[in-house]
Amino acid sequence: MAVKPPSPAAAGEGRGEGAHPPAEAGSHRQAGERIRTNSSGTDIKCVYTSEDIASMDYARDIGFPGELPFTRGPYPTMYRGRPWTIRMFSGFGSAADTNRRYHYLLEQGQTGLSVAFHLPTLLGYDSDDPRSKGEIGKCGAAIDSLADMETLLAGIPLDQVSTSMTINATAIVALCLYVAVAEKQGVPASKLRGTLQNDILKEYIAQKEWAFPIKPSLRVVVDMFEWCASSMPEWNTVSVSGYHIREAGSTAVQELAFTLIDGLTYVEEGVKRGLKVDEFAPRLSFFWDLHNDFFEEIAKMRAARRIWAREMIRRYNPRDSRSYTLRAHMQTAGVTLTAQQPLNNIARVALQALAGVLGGGQSMHTNSFDETYALPAENAVTVALRTQQILQIETGLTNTIDPFAGSYYLEKLTDQMEAGFYSYLERIEAMGGMVAAIEAGFPQMEIADAASRYQTLVDSHQQIIVGLNGYTTDEAEPAIPILEIDDSLEQQQVARLQELRASRGTNYKRALESVRKAAFGEANLVPPILDAVHAYATVGEIMDTLRDIFGEYRDPGYF
Amino acid sequence: MDGHDRGAKVVARLLRDAGFEVIYTGLYQTPEAIVNTALQEDADAVGISVLSAAHKHIFGETARIMREQGLADVILFGGGIIPPNDVLWLEQQGVRKVFLPGASGPEIIDFLKQAVTERRRAAP
Repeated sequence: MAVKPPSPAAAGEGRGEGAHPPAEAGSHRQAGERIRTNSSGTDIKCVYTSEDIASMDYARDIGFPGELPFTRGPYPTMYRGRPWTIRMFSGFGSAADTNRRYHYLLEQGQTGLSVAFHLPTLLGYDSDDPRSKGEIGKCGAAIDSLADMETLLAGIPLDQVSTSMTINATAIVALCLYVAVAEKQGVPASKLRGTLQNDILKEYIAQKEWAFPIKPSLRVVVDMFEWCASSMPEWNTVSVSGYHIREAGSTAVQELAFTLIDGLTYVEEGVKRGLKVDEFAPRLSFFWDLHNDFFEEIAKMRAARRIWAREMIRRYNPRDSRSYTLRAHMQTAGVTLTAQQPLNNIARVALQALAGVLGGGQSMHTNSFDETYALPAENAVTVALRTQQILQIETGLTNTIDPFAGSYYLEKLTDQMEAGFYSYLERIEAMGGMVAAIEAGFPQMEIADAASRYQTLVDSHQQIIVGLNGYTTDEAEPAIPILEIDDSLEQQQVARLQELRASRGTNYKRALESVRKAAFGEANLVPPILDAVHAYATVGEIMDTLRDIFGEYRDPGYF
Repeated sequence: MDGHDRGAKVVARLLRDAGFEVIYTGLYQTPEAIVNTALQEDADAVGISVLSAAHKHIFGETARIMREQGLADVILFGGGIIPPNDVLWLEQQGVRKVFLPGASGPEIIDFLKQAVTERRRAAP
């Protein structure tokens, strides 16, 4: 068996750019030693001491969990009171296939649901749209109507299980589908707990699953803030996401900055509509990537809570502390997994998940080791689930809160990440805010630049990825079970849809007309879309109606 | 229908920096639109990135339309989240090279330099 260690160019760890500066007083770096940096380009010292945090003030900078400045966590008891929710993002094939996987995951001990929709649903097209060919059920569950949604959630008591739905351009339709299924179960919207991702700004920046231009998209988001404020108070209306920004190639500081500035932008939009900040801000939530640089990720999450509290208080002076308490979901970084020697991914995910626990997130998804090949097979997702259970039960981590607080390195890094945020805030505010920055292509180009820089480091072996460009093997990869979506699913889904169209009557037409009127005017879109969903209007029909009025966003296409 | 464009953009830049003329079409292209652009731009090669597991449909359709339009000698290549088991099928459909996760910039550049040179030699 031939194993190739990394080539000489990469001797040593770190992502050094090759410079060898002389030793500086206090840097504890030896003359000629390579610079070590983290993902954000921060120079990492050999040794940190009390001098690095000499100006730190415990009450001002660290505090206690559940209190300002919230560095240590959003809740006083954190995992001692209640462990983070194990919430595995999941969905593939038909609604029935996915429903079976949901029951499996719940039986195996996950504590919250997380729905993955296939691309046509995410973009607002039906399964029988010519655009949808080849995409049915391939990267999420095929959901065209309320009928599919009922199948998706069959046997799951929505008054007892909280559900996260990863959907953005079509989020308002998904929200109404969920509420409608609950209504049929006899559960009022006011009792529903869960989260809608609904973070359209990051779509323009990173994930690129958009429908309408920016302004009407923000109007739709604020409609949901408004409606949920009175009708669905237990529901998180947005999951302001850094995950996709990071996966697109950003640094950790960019992830932190763009995400929090997106969040502040949503709050401003809500306030501009006339909502009181405490009516809707408590239900904003966040979503972080858990990437490789262990301490940087912990620092990122701590800095985020501190910054959010400070900025929300400064701008809006909320009465309700929940308006400035940052709660977050976390997912281990898909982009760090390798197709080569896939079992190594189990170690990567475990270490990334550990950083998340130490960072103090509220719920977590751990990736499966086979995800560089396909969606998770059952055996692989079970290992990912068990990883979280082992962390919760066997490691003693839940016994105390924010155990690294006071660490010279971690506190210094937290401060530096905060400074990185403010640097970006200044630049983006100078551009006129995040929407203007997106229109100018600024965050998109920052991300594309960072992604290119990273690829150069990998190609030049300055960054070694174990199993990929270092410690490679000539042995064939182990045969692992790969989840395959049968091609017959497409025909079956189209047949189901056509059957629905034939049997639903004509009420849906009136309902769509009400959606059109509301979109054209200023009425809140949730009630008419809820009616349309109940009348079995399809996702594509509702979105076509909205696209007619709002228009479509065009990809600027720079790289 | 795939919005994941990190790979496509990184490869586009790598190729541009290596001296290729790159036309980046942007997202949400259909096979027809892709082939149309290739025709209009008189492209030597067409690269597609698919992370949505729809690779068999996208590559298969694109290859078919390319043949229909007399572009069978244009170099169709690409990458994304593609199980190794599907590579043979894709190659049989006319995809000249599939770059699986972990492929390096130099690999892609070298492949294209060679393939384009051969193509031009064959039909100057």
